[in-house]
Amino acid sequence: MDQQTPTTPTEPQEKISFWHDPDRLAIFYQALALTIVVLVGYYLFSNTLTNLERQNIATGFGFFGKEAAFEIGESLISYSAADTYFRALAVGVLNTLKVAFAGIILTVILGTFVGIARLSSNWLVSRLAAVYTEVLQDIPVLLQLFFWYAIFYEVLPSPRQALNPVAGVFMSNRGLVVGVPETHPAHAWMLAAFAAGCLAVWLLRRWAVHRQEETGRIFPVFWSAVAILLVLPALAWVAGGAPTAMNVPELQGFNFEGGINISPEFSALLLGLVLYTAAFVAEIVRAGIQSVSHGQTEAAMSLGLRPGKVLQLVILPQALRVIIPPLTSQMLNLTKNSSLAVAIGYPDFVSVANTTINQTGQAIEGIALIMAVYLFFSLTTSVFMNWYNKKVKLVER
Amino acid sequence: MKGRITVLAVALLAVCMLLPAGLFAGETLDAVKKKGVVTVGVNGGLFGFGQPDETGEWKGLDVDTGRAIATAVFGDPTKVKFVPLTAVQRFTALQSGEIDVLCRNATRTLTRDTQLGLNFVTVNYYDGQAFMVAKKLGVKSAKELSGATVCVLPGTTTEQNAADFFRTNDMKWKPVVIEQTAELAKTFFAGRCDCLTSDASQLAGTRAVAPNPADYIILPEVISKEPLAPAVRHGDDQWRDIVDYAVLAMINAEELGITSANVDEMLKSGNPVIQRFLGVTEGNGAALGLDEKFAYNIVKQVGNYGEVFERNVGVNTPLGLERGLNALWTDGGLMYSPPFK
Repeated sequence: MDQQTPTTPTEPQEKISFWHDPDRLAIFYQALALTIVVLVGYYLFSNTLTNLERQNIATGFGFFGKEAAFEIGESLISYSAADTYFRALAVGVLNTLKVAFAGIILTVILGTFVGIARLSSNWLVSRLAAVYTEVLQDIPVLLQLFFWYAIFYEVLPSPRQALNPVAGVFMSNRGLVVGVPETHPAHAWMLAAFAAGCLAVWLLRRWAVHRQEETGRIFPVFWSAVAILLVLPALAWVAGGAPTAMNVPELQGFNFEGGINISPEFSALLLGLVLYTAAFVAEIVRAGIQSVSHGQTEAAMSLGLRPGKVLQLVILPQALRVIIPPLTSQMLNLTKNSSLAVAIGYPDFVSVANTTINQTGQAIEGIALIMAVYLFFSLTTSVFMNWYNKKVKLVER
Repeated sequence: MKGRITVLAVALLAVCMLLPAGLFAGETLDAVKKKGVVTVGVNGGLFGFGQPDETGEWKGLDVDTGRAIATAVFGDPTKVKFVPLTAVQRFTALQSGEIDVLCRNATRTLTRDTQLGLNFVTVNYYDGQAFMVAKKLGVKSAKELSGATVCVLPGTTTEQNAADFFRTNDMKWKPVVIEQTAELAKTFFAGRCDCLTSDASQLAGTRAVAPNPADYIILPEVISKEPLAPAVRHGDDQWRDIVDYAVLAMINAEELGITSANVDEMLKSGNPVIQRFLGVTEGNGAALGLDEKFAYNIVKQVGNYGEVFERNVGVNTPLGLERGLNALWTDGGLMYSPPFK
């Protein structure tokens, strides 16, 4: 390219043979590779079908519409054995999402906390955080799950001797049962009020930032946000007639009726995953903070900022760009590790899909489905985190 | 566990992709002879049916069935390799060719016989699903279990039977589904579930290893038919016949009154039926593609069905099971062998 002379327009030289034209050859090779891939793929696919047919193994996703005829321990949507396989699988997906979602949020909070604690100037705090990360990182997560599950079913009493620490809360080896307010139309209004509160806080923050840039005056955004988010739903509650009726769990026969139940399987899985993954997140957070040169801290301190403000205004914004990419991969790890639920009886997607595979005998479809669902979860998380990463990326001035 | 089923499914996919279509008949026997062992899928964690003992030696009714098949092929019950499988893994392991035969208390059902690409042979244990509860719960009948939490193994007919039973009787319940038999039993004994449901024989086996077996009772209701049989892959009829007649040889020996103790004397018997069965009169072995002495070898080295039953699960074992449906047809049971001729 650099020999190109602008003065003479490039003229078509004498015809180059096909073998010596790198452009055309490149196209040829690519087409050849593509053809081979397609042919091999077709061969594998058709041979699989022939062999499955020869062994009389049923194929296809026709089983989706058939009655599942098995029960699932816990579900976010209504489900019974009379529903279809499709719905059963959907229950499994939602159960996986439930544990992954709660797990990711708790992991980020705990991991950040431990990571900062490890850098604390307080000797005891930093040592405790170090012990936590080193120990939990090194024990396989499956063992940790067995451990927590055993704690839940071995230590807690049977429902008839359930612990009752606070009125309306029962702890037994059937899980944690908590009394909840009786459903009432006012609750929908409270939720709407909360959403409106969130919007108001967002607008308030924008305005406060703008005003600070203009005038330098600081508005107490945090405390006003807390006030707005508490007062608005409370007003809605009073306006809705201030319902106080509670759905209190009661021991009936074998188990508690009423309230909401958090099963030992869910608790053990969530606890195990959060404690394990948070240890990695803590290290990521620590690495992120340490990547910001110490001079930045000193400069901020010499400006008279308090340590909390130094972290919030100077260190974290710079550390986040180092933290977020590995954090994303820990989130994906947590989601994928949640499939270890089969070992301790939490009905996650893999568990439900396994039962489906066994009852229908369609292992290939089942495994393909499992792969597709996890791929979808992972890609969605990645896309979201990449968007967030772009957003918090340091704006260089 | 999950890793294992994935590996098996990928293996199945790989086998289906790469095998040239249209092999078979005699293929399994040739492969087994080349390997020098019969690979048998067994339970691995079920006392009385398939579990290694303290010394690491495999013991159980299904294990002995596997040995009988190895004896039929090689004349030697030790030429067998046992692969412990969970309920979820077992059919995939057979489909993918990881094992040659499945002897893992698997219930014969229509869909398994057809859509799963399997063939079940003669039943080696007639069972039925029941419920086990702790005595202190005070429950006398399965009909009183409304609202109960029930421990179940996944991937078995059990899961479906239990759902059917509770649905039919309009009762609420909550399953706790754990893949490993041993882990499930531990959870039940710790009190996580009110009740454990499985085949009655399996409950007896689980109870035998309880911290205190006398604390648990098996409720009287039997809610299903569970004919447990060995299974092979579709497509190789010769191998299917071999497995079938290895099981039948044990039953037929008991019918004819031949035991591992008297089989050598029986060789001198003048009874033509016994002569044909033990291979003194030749023909049966050649028809199956086996040694003429295959039935003799099975009885001599493994025993007849009655011996195998009493040794592993009978009244004098910790399981203490009566023969019941598994008695010979002449004693009011269902065990019946076609003639060996």
